[in-house]
Amino acid sequence: MEVQEKQGGRTAQEQHGCTERVRRLREESLNTQPRIYMERAVLETEAYQKYEGTVSIPELRALTLRHFFANKSISIPKGELIVGEKGDGPQSAPTFPELCCHTVEDMRIMDQRELIRFAVTPEDLKTQEETIIPYWENRSIRHKILNSMSDEWKAAYECGIFTEFMEQRGPGHTVGSEKIYHKGFADYKEEIQKAMESLDFMGDPEALHKKEELSAMSIACDAVMILGQRYAELARSMAQEETDPQWKAELLTIAENCTVVPAHKPETFHQALQMYWFVHLAVTSELNPWDSYSPGRLDQHVYPFYKADKDAGKLTRDQALELLECLWIKFNNQPAPPKVGITLKESGTYTDFANINTGGIAPDGTDGVNEVSYLILDCMDDMKLLQPSSNVQISRKTPQKFLLRACEISRKGWGQPAFYNTEAILQELLAAGKSIEDARRGGTSGCVETGAFGNEAYILTGYFNLPKILELTLYNGYDYVADRQLGLPLGSAEDFHSYEELLDAYHKQIDYFLDIKMKGSNIIESIYANYMPVPFLSIITNDCISKGKDYNAGGARYNTSYLQGVGIGTVTDCLAAIRYQVYQEKNIPMKELLRAMREDFVNDPQILSLVQNFTPKYGNDDDFADAVMQDVFGYYQKAVTGRPNQRGGSYRINMLPTTCHVYFGEVMLASANGRRAHKPVSEGISPEKGADTHGPTAVLRSCAKMDHIRTGGTLLNQKFTPSVVAGETGLMQMANLIRTYFNMDGHHIQFNVIDRQTLLDAQAHPEEYKDLIVRVAGYSDHFRNLSKALQDEIIARTEQSFS
Amino acid sequence: MVSLPVFNIQKYCIHDGDGIRTTVFFKGCPLRCAWCHNPESQKPEPQLLWDAEKCTQCGACAAACPRGAAGDSVRVDRERCVSCGVCVRVCPAGARQLSGKGMSPEQIVDEAKKDLMFYEQSGGGVTLSGGEVMTAEPFDEVIRLCRLLHEEGISIFVDTCGMAPYERFDAIRAYTDCFLYDIKAMDPEKHKKWIGADNRLILENLRCLSRDGARLRLRIPLVEGINAEPEDVLPVVELLKEGVRAEKIHLLPYHTFGQEKYRKLGRSGQGELFRVPSQEKLESLAELFRQAGYSQVVIGG
Repeated sequence: MEVQEKQGGRTAQEQHGCTERVRRLREESLNTQPRIYMERAVLETEAYQKYEGTVSIPELRALTLRHFFANKSISIPKGELIVGEKGDGPQSAPTFPELCCHTVEDMRIMDQRELIRFAVTPEDLKTQEETIIPYWENRSIRHKILNSMSDEWKAAYECGIFTEFMEQRGPGHTVGSEKIYHKGFADYKEEIQKAMESLDFMGDPEALHKKEELSAMSIACDAVMILGQRYAELARSMAQEETDPQWKAELLTIAENCTVVPAHKPETFHQALQMYWFVHLAVTSELNPWDSYSPGRLDQHVYPFYKADKDAGKLTRDQALELLECLWIKFNNQPAPPKVGITLKESGTYTDFANINTGGIAPDGTDGVNEVSYLILDCMDDMKLLQPSSNVQISRKTPQKFLLRACEISRKGWGQPAFYNTEAILQELLAAGKSIEDARRGGTSGCVETGAFGNEAYILTGYFNLPKILELTLYNGYDYVADRQLGLPLGSAEDFHSYEELLDAYHKQIDYFLDIKMKGSNIIESIYANYMPVPFLSIITNDCISKGKDYNAGGARYNTSYLQGVGIGTVTDCLAAIRYQVYQEKNIPMKELLRAMREDFVNDPQILSLVQNFTPKYGNDDDFADAVMQDVFGYYQKAVTGRPNQRGGSYRINMLPTTCHVYFGEVMLASANGRRAHKPVSEGISPEKGADTHGPTAVLRSCAKMDHIRTGGTLLNQKFTPSVVAGETGLMQMANLIRTYFNMDGHHIQFNVIDRQTLLDAQAHPEEYKDLIVRVAGYSDHFRNLSKALQDEIIARTEQSFS
Repeated sequence: MVSLPVFNIQKYCIHDGDGIRTTVFFKGCPLRCAWCHNPESQKPEPQLLWDAEKCTQCGACAAACPRGAAGDSVRVDRERCVSCGVCVRVCPAGARQLSGKGMSPEQIVDEAKKDLMFYEQSGGGVTLSGGEVMTAEPFDEVIRLCRLLHEEGISIFVDTCGMAPYERFDAIRAYTDCFLYDIKAMDPEKHKKWIGADNRLILENLRCLSRDGARLRLRIPLVEGINAEPEDVLPVVELLKEGVRAEKIHLLPYHTFGQEKYRKLGRSGQGELFRVPSQEKLESLAELFRQAGYSQVVIGG
């Protein structure tokens, strides 16, 4: 798996894992070729053929999960301490034809491409063609969605104005609470039974719906308990035959663990981790929810078990670390299920976006860092795995020791851990109406999305292309890339006599596309609520049982729909360039600028130089540019926030792109800030590539002028060369940068420590790396300003900085 | 508006002084160290830098220059150039840069204040460096700058070569947290030869600052073949023994990275005369301080 190898930044002699067992399991996880796992689709089809029409839809979904867990093939590979796979081993990815049904062509593509390949056997293809496609092709949710969207929605979608999350994976973006460590599924079943008994068939018109949903939840409890029981029996029978005394004893422990969990609450640290893993398997086998599932505040949830076992002499720190590492490998064993159509072709990652927050504060508001928090830091450092995405929450109360240890891992340059600001998250959650108790239990999942863990369904609906909408605004709503009228015909850029008129037109176009997007999202939410409930996820999400309502129908305590703004850096610099060069300084007539942009600046090096080098830009702590950012952000935020969704909650915004900034740039001409045609737009809230030339503090200051608290998360990538963060001073000031950014209410920051390859690229393409600052000798300079010889010198020494 | 000559304001400086600092580089220096790695800092006037590697010979500068200083080719005629900066704006390749501009103390403070939260978190502040801040004119404006920064609660470090009347040091002493004080050579003859000036005033100022209770950190640039022998360093140890109180001693090895700046200024480089001292050499020199009981000696900024 090339991506992971690179991500891990590992060298051959590096050891990953605290024991031989872990090292071996990790190697297997990394070296196994990802493949398609058809058993789920086959068993699901069987279940539908057996039950559909005889039971309610929620019950049908729960029976399908039960049928799958009762009949799927299971195994326990030697050495595993945490058991259970979604498929039939590491890197085995089930398909979810009820969401999107792969064509034969899709399966060939995933099998034949070089990167992010999923192996498909001829037998798999035959099954898909003969059994799965005929049954699911016209029943899939994707089919329903695409049939329900308006022509305007389809046009905007096809031209890259926005994307749609729910068309290939289910609503999810959710995270667990501490409840599964206090309560087994036998206990949940009782709670569900009581809720059913108290239904009001005299006065509640929804009582029958509730009964069906609760009945489905009860069946889903059985499903996961059946799976646990099967693992217990398998381990016990394997132990009887086993001659290796250590493995025999471990198998008996596994058998004991699986007898206790998931039916009952865990009694030991080991059982607590196994409990989480069963829940993870059930959530992600029931449906394919976005961002899979995450344990939430794992360090706090399992600390009581750790402490009790340790105090009783049953567990050492090293044993606990080994168990955590086994859990980490389990996460990494699950590639994200492959998508269909164009999305499949463009998808460049196996990552399933499980995300673990460590640190932060406890529910009573005190510092949440404990011994397990440090163990998890060691685990992430040891494992260097793409999944789970291992991150830290830093609060004002977080000990400096914890922050420094996290910085030490982060500066190794593999992007983890990212840093989240606990106080910002708290304020965001409170501003969105959560109680203080729920807010303190919250955190971020996926990339940076804020949620009230265990209590909230916070669904990402799509990315929204802010720079592309400005492009349409300049050309009278016409899309020259797709060659069609897409936006409102409000006049061309030359017709706007002032910056304010231009801005006003831009706002109108934003409103127009937001309406289209949200109408679509509301329909999609209803489709999921009616046709694709998730009774298992509903059991473990608070208030679904008491409300008798599904997670996908508004059963959770809080229900948010997020819309992700992309390209704030690019759109800011474009508007700043137009405001400054066209309207204020009058250096470039609008007509000339537009022509240059249409021609990708090839005939206008001086116009390009003016907009690139002599124009205020976001990311430099320059108030002219940053005020433009505040305008655009403010408008977008107000236009979205508070609109009602279909689940009793409302819309809010995130500012994050994942990798969508690349696609959003592809559908665009050259832009007014000098960004060339079809190049990526800026990512997250980071400045446009090469725009920030005043160092990290200026970037953080510009970014903090955005009102993060009104969002549900923002993403900032900060680049460094190893020497800038080297040594005790480098580490200390990295921590100080984080603390200061967080004092300014910044939501998230992650560090990319520039490697040799990047410097080589910067040497070849200096225009894209104008922001790259390197420490030369006793001073720092922009890499692009150094002679080739000196650049070579720096490249040569960059590799060894962290050896 | 009265202004001071500044050639760079660099943020997030973490190796010169405590915490996260903003360093203000003043243009103009009374000394001419033969190995100077910031040649553009020597003259107080703005100067045009031209980067031959980036120049595409497009001729836009020649067409735009009001004084014909770009001539019929694209080079800089240093006799005619008045550093007006017109060519900088028209150069599509970014090969031209103007080094140095006038800034009022208020403008400098406004820029420095932006990173206040970083200073407060990290125990950082502003470093006044150069060139040489102590000879920047008009010096009253430097005093005012220090007072304004001090009033904002911003810590000031002054990085100086020491070559200025003591009254100037005395005037900013109250606002200054710490002096980063260069000692380039103890031997007066050596100093004259390589630095171009007598070192008596420099050493005298150092003693006075120590006497008057200023916090001092000594910075000793070491160039192999010039001033990197025990005989060069031992007199500094003597100075300390004699009673000059320095809280830290930095041994700064010479590096060759200033060379290309000479080319950008249209000057010839420094040649092969200067060499980088070895790590072992630096260690052995550091040891001389440690043996004499001065443990706070570090190699590098």
